Amino acid sequence: MYAIIGLVLGIALGLFLQPSLPPQLQPYLPIAIVAALDAVFGGFRAYLDAVFDDKVFVVSFISNVLIAALIVWVGDLIGVGTQLSTAVVVVLGIRIFTNVAHIRRKLFHA
Amino acid sequence: MPEPARSHTGAPPQDEASVWRRMGRDLTRPSRGQVVVGVILLLLGFGVTLQLAGGDDERYTTLRQDELVAMLDDVTAESRRLQSEVSELERTRAQLQSGADASAVAREQALARLEALELLGGTAPATGPGIRVTITDRQGQLTPEILLNALEELRDAGAEVMEIDDRLRLVTSTWVAKTDEGLVVDGTTLGSTIVIEAIGVPGTLAEATRFRGGLVSTIEGERVGGTARVEEVEELRIDSVVTPEPPRFARPA
Repeated sequence: MYAIIGLVLGIALGLFLQPSLPPQLQPYLPIAIVAALDAVFGGFRAYLDAVFDDKVFVVSFISNVLIAALIVWVGDLIGVGTQLSTAVVVVLGIRIFTNVAHIRRKLFHA
Repeated sequence: MPEPARSHTGAPPQDEASVWRRMGRDLTRPSRGQVVVGVILLLLGFGVTLQLAGGDDERYTTLRQDELVAMLDDVTAESRRLQSEVSELERTRAQLQSGADASAVAREQALARLEALELLGGTAPATGPGIRVTITDRQGQLTPEILLNALEELRDAGAEVMEIDDRLRLVTSTWVAKTDEGLVVDGTTLGSTIVIEAIGVPGTLAEATRFRGGLVSTIEGERVGGTARVEEVEELRIDSVVTPEPPRFARPA
């Protein structure tokens, strides 16, 4: 319940405040979002498996976001930022699909 | 990358109904742990809207430096290409303009030549200084040879356009003959008074008629016994023209 409220509240905050991200961080936000999505789906999957733990979830969420941004940042530093962000997106995308497939099997047995 | 609770160990076997039931229970009676999840999801939603809102008006702010450099290179190359296209087109325009100028010059020259040929061929009226020779031949002694000689003398003296009696334009095909009624020029019978008008340098033309053995002395001599009066005219106007017959045999080569 709180989860849905939080999501809606976050979207509403973003819409109303119209905050602007510092330009230095802007390239990393899309990657961070993908990483956060991965963490959220992973957390939901763990919840369905009845092994959900909020501490693990929070740590995994934050570290996912930070590491994804870090990889892209390092990639930018060494000149392969575009390729590395593509790599991160691919890997996280595969994980998201896997997690969603698992969730689907849990919920619908299909 | 940390695995978000992927371990399957300890997962109790559940059927579909119990999963849904557990979800319904957690939705209606949220626990303290869900607050953390809510906060996390709040951050996620915030980030997503941030990204969506910023992505609209700032297309290039999310691009990295090398992408921007590549884009700049593209734009520079494109503008260089367009620049060369512009100069190419300008060159073409200049060529076309000079071509138009050249054709205008050619047209002017052709027009000038046409006018000259029209005067020469007798198809256009002419005006200019010249002389008027009035020949009176009461005894009918004037022969075609004398008249022809007179015309040739005038032509030699630079007469450009000639006319007889204000109605006969003298051209290359003009012929002179004699019948019982008198002299005939181009099919027209002349009377006893013949007026020859010639456009050219008046002094030279007048001189060409007056020399010894020339037109005046021949006509006023004993054989013809007529009179010839020569007057220099500032402005002669010759309106008679001929209609050129298309040549039957000759072709431009």
